[in-house]
Amino acid sequence: MHGVLTIAATEIRIGLRNRWIILSSLILLAFALILVLLGSAPGGEVKTDAVTVVVASLSTLSVYLVPLIALLLAFDAIAGEIDRGTLQLVLASPVSRGAVLVGKFLGHVTVLGIAVSFGYGIAGLVAFFATGGGDLSALVGVGRLIVTSIILGATFIAIGYIASASVRQTGTAAALAIAIWLFAVVLYDLALLGGLLASQDGVFARDIFPWLLVLNPADAFRLYNMSAIDAAAVGSNLGGGAGAALPLSGLATMLSPIAWAILALGLSTLILKRIRP
Amino acid sequence: MSEIVKARNVSMKFKAVDALTDVSLDVAPGEQVALLGHNGAGKTTLFRILLGFIRPTAGSISIAGFTPGSDGARRIVSYLPEQVAFPKMLTGREVVRFYARLKGAPLDDVQAVLAKVDLVDAADRRVETYSKGMRQRLGLAQALVGRPALLLLDEPTSGLDPLSRQHFYELIAEVARQGGAVLLSSHGLSELEAKTDRVAILRKGQLVADAPLSDLQREANLPIRIRVRAASSEIDSVHAEMGGARINGASVELFCELGDKMRILSRISGLGAKVEDVDVSPPTLDQIYRHFSKVGDDETPRGML
Repeated sequence: MHGVLTIAATEIRIGLRNRWIILSSLILLAFALILVLLGSAPGGEVKTDAVTVVVASLSTLSVYLVPLIALLLAFDAIAGEIDRGTLQLVLASPVSRGAVLVGKFLGHVTVLGIAVSFGYGIAGLVAFFATGGGDLSALVGVGRLIVTSIILGATFIAIGYIASASVRQTGTAAALAIAIWLFAVVLYDLALLGGLLASQDGVFARDIFPWLLVLNPADAFRLYNMSAIDAAAVGSNLGGGAGAALPLSGLATMLSPIAWAILALGLSTLILKRIRP
Repeated sequence: MSEIVKARNVSMKFKAVDALTDVSLDVAPGEQVALLGHNGAGKTTLFRILLGFIRPTAGSISIAGFTPGSDGARRIVSYLPEQVAFPKMLTGREVVRFYARLKGAPLDDVQAVLAKVDLVDAADRRVETYSKGMRQRLGLAQALVGRPALLLLDEPTSGLDPLSRQHFYELIAEVARQGGAVLLSSHGLSELEAKTDRVAILRKGQLVADAPLSDLQREANLPIRIRVRAASSEIDSVHAEMGGARINGASVELFCELGDKMRILSRISGLGAKVEDVDVSPPTLDQIYRHFSKVGDDETPRGML
């Protein structure tokens, strides 16, 4: 336990020092503010309040940005330490390999959590006050977005560890991380859309598509946030149409990223245990 | 007292390569042993086995009775890899404190080891501002923290200037005085400056020597070189008298065994005024190392694959 906290604290300290936290906060904040400013225009016409519109836009932004930030945080975790020779030192000390990974995970999730909380928190407050206050429950939506974004980020941090532990070069790990991002948040959805268009009889749309949608942690995250803010009021999206047929609904949708996180952590621990530095 | 490191007939085979063949080596508490060999001779492989990162394909090895890599073994072993780059954003003190915590060492130790490696003034500066020598000393500080019973140092003196090298050997001598065992690797004998108790030489994965340096010097029995400089008018008669080889037109070079040295020197002094100067040089550490690391190069007594 001692080792876990020591490693986590050091990761957080490095995240603060190398401006990772500042940089990713600013990126999230910048994108979020753009959405806040652009999103206030349609907000006037629809009955939904502006903050809710912003939360809906931000959850779509999260699907792209949060996994990217998470993977960029994680790809260096094992491969980079092997490169620099510090993994040998850590593994030579009386700390179990599982504890090393859990410590890094806690540290990286905290780093990501701080960035997401700052970025979205400030954007949410700006949207709230820019529209002259209003319903406080809209801020609950911002809080929900922050918490679920951190869960989504944790999932991709754990998946990033698999990439980082499977290869020996940091460069390869980085390429693998980008490939995972591209597949999970871009190509996967495109493939699903293609599947919907191709299947004429509707079997795919009815029986397979909802499962495949929930299976992807990024899509599951979007589904949950959209259903939570009653997406129908804000506009349609990929999940909106399939809402009724989903195998999981409401909070249960978030089981997908959580299950992925646990699975990925277990798998990367197994790989790390087999590494012979 | 029983040995800290006890390796018996250890062999390590990577696919087609025999990295180590039948190596037996002991290191006792308070002993400093140098492991020498060319690149690829098996030094780092032996370290990785001692750390439990890899398991030998044959033979047995124990660290104070524990299996390498077990919790018990890792608690008493400290390691300094050949190349390590600590996080640039952390300060020296934070780096040492990190490893002290991982080892469960008291945090008072941190200041003590920083003082030992002469990094107290720079302790609160970031590692990125450190010079190469300072980084090397930080690596050593990290290894010294927690008073390890066994210190494994992979090429710790490469890249150090002679002064820091001397300081380094003082530090590990202190570790040994306090009962710690030290096993360090090096490229050549000259880097050791005759500072360790024992020298083990690996050649192509085989242990070809394991003895105190003075024993190795005697065993190698390399000739002593004697150079006689004579006045240019007398050089021919000196050469005729002593034999050997002419050098530079004004010197004669002779090689002799240790036992013959005094007899030859007295013959030279018998030449009287013809001789201007005599220079006697015993075999250098590098020559001795080369003798052992190359000995039997041709007979290749390698076992079958």
